[in-house]
Amino acid sequence: MTELRGVGIGLGVAQGPVARMAEPLPAPDDSASTLTPDEELARVRDAVAVVARELEDRGSKAGGMAREVLEAQAMMAEDPTLDQEVEARTSAGKTGEFAVYAAFASFRDTLAAMGGYLGERAADLDDVAQRVIARLRGLPAPGVPDPGHPFVLVAKDLAPADTALLDLDKVLALITTDGGPTSHTAILAREKSIVAIVGAAGAKDLVDGETVIVDAAKGVVTTAPTAEELAQAQNRADARASAASAPLTPGALKDGTKVPLLANLGKPGGAAEAVELGAEGVGLFRTEFLFLSATQAPTVEEQTKAYTELLQTFPGKKVVVRALDAGADKPLAFLNDAHEDNPALGLRGLRALRASEDILREQLTALANADKATESDLWVMAPMVATVEEAGYFVALAKEYGIKTAGVMVEVPSSAIQAARILQLADFASIGTNDLTQYTLAADRLLGSVASYQDPWHPAVLQLIKATADGGKANGKPVGICGEAAADPLLAVVLVGLGATTLSMAPTALADVRASLLQYDLADAERIAQAALAADDAASARAAAQAAAQPVAQ
Amino acid sequence: MTEITRTVRIGSSNGLHARPAKLFAQAVKDAGIPVTITKGAGAPVNAASILGVISLGAEKGDYVTLAADGDDAVAVLDDLADLLTTDHDEA
Repeated sequence: MTELRGVGIGLGVAQGPVARMAEPLPAPDDSASTLTPDEELARVRDAVAVVARELEDRGSKAGGMAREVLEAQAMMAEDPTLDQEVEARTSAGKTGEFAVYAAFASFRDTLAAMGGYLGERAADLDDVAQRVIARLRGLPAPGVPDPGHPFVLVAKDLAPADTALLDLDKVLALITTDGGPTSHTAILAREKSIVAIVGAAGAKDLVDGETVIVDAAKGVVTTAPTAEELAQAQNRADARASAASAPLTPGALKDGTKVPLLANLGKPGGAAEAVELGAEGVGLFRTEFLFLSATQAPTVEEQTKAYTELLQTFPGKKVVVRALDAGADKPLAFLNDAHEDNPALGLRGLRALRASEDILREQLTALANADKATESDLWVMAPMVATVEEAGYFVALAKEYGIKTAGVMVEVPSSAIQAARILQLADFASIGTNDLTQYTLAADRLLGSVASYQDPWHPAVLQLIKATADGGKANGKPVGICGEAAADPLLAVVLVGLGATTLSMAPTALADVRASLLQYDLADAERIAQAALAADDAASARAAAQAAAQPVAQ
Repeated sequence: MTEITRTVRIGSSNGLHARPAKLFAQAVKDAGIPVTITKGAGAPVNAASILGVISLGAEKGDYVTLAADGDDAVAVLDDLADLLTTDHDEA
């Protein structure tokens, strides 16, 4: 087997035979036209009108977001500026095909050069050009293949016209060689819950009929899979399907050990969806959204309103709010606008809040106000605590404002190592696995060249998680996990085995993790965690945990 | 006939791309008179051209100037200016 890497959309997995999208038509030759310029122009205008109507028809059939996109494409086809560009070329004696090709190409290059969102619109324009040229040549419009059985669609990038009409009963998964996480393929795959991997350059060599496994959770396409790999993928797909329809029971292991499953939220609006997906509370509410778009801090009243809206959604449930976490990947001009060579190691998290203590005091005031007005169980924690003294400072300040439960984020190795001491002062700890991994392995999580270090399965990270959980046990204090690690169904079991008392994750991951926990007793989880801890590196820790879990899970 | 102009700031959170660009170009087309749009001190483009409008790369808060001639120009430009200052991307 070999593995091709791309960007996975969602957490699904699928397998099946490849069907490739037809390659784009070759560029038309610049040969002299045998028709008059007026005849060529009339041919183009007819073809453009037919294509525009086709796109509009597809749009009204597809509905929703796809309709907007297809209507925009129809407008591109009939664009007056483009028409002028075509006319200039047909007047010079070019064929209709070449005039269309050259006129679209000039706009395409402009868009592509603008990069980002506009660059990805270049693909929309390419698709319109292909359709018009195919029409002029009397060829069928390029589109989704129909091999007569379900297939894994492989394409350079999908145009909205293609994705809108995908027959979900036939398409098992999507793979594109081009396009990023904001391409139409990605957007529509999310909307329609299709397993997809975008930007997998290596997929260009896949051939029709070969079987592949598409694992969006890992962002990996496995070619020439073994029978065992196929069976594993099928198990995961089945488990996901049954997990999605399983009842929303509170998080627990097979032996009944409770592991409350909480949601990570970035704004109050996401709370209702989290409740629908079975969140038993909020394990991490990020407050940055109130501050990021502001040039100055929001008022106490504005903050009180937002926190009250959130807390009202979870009456009687736990809601853990993190004080403003600015710096590094989320700079805020009014907190710290000094240039830093190493922002991840700079004035961020609680350090930045202490330097602008009035902002922290206002936030605690607003949180205490919202707590008084609502029925939920509010916990407040400080981001990026590195020392025992910082933990003491934050807890004392929070209590001064009437916050009943005050704790710390453990993201820095020093806090994990001194957890027993920190948790004498703090009421709880919540481990941010992304930052803890970045600091443990000294690899900037925003830097692509060291991205391979950013793996929470690394045994050094797991040891620090265990140290933190042990510190909690010694003081009878809870230690939760609120990083992406908790959303990995097997790693979630390992985390519980290491002593984590709650798991918090993106609400869409709750079903997978709930189903995974129910397969293991606490003794199993501890044994699987031991296997991972004993490994040399992240990959072997994952493999060791899988092997240890195998005899238990079906 | 004198040329009428309106200078406004783009209101859509994601700028004048995608859906807002489509709504705007469609409205210009429906208005039935030639209208140009210029970003800052750039070159004017045909406002009924979705490609021309998208290629401006106008973001939220950017200034654009609309220009048109004729009896209807004032009413047409007032409507279009409203369209540009509205946020069509708010969820």
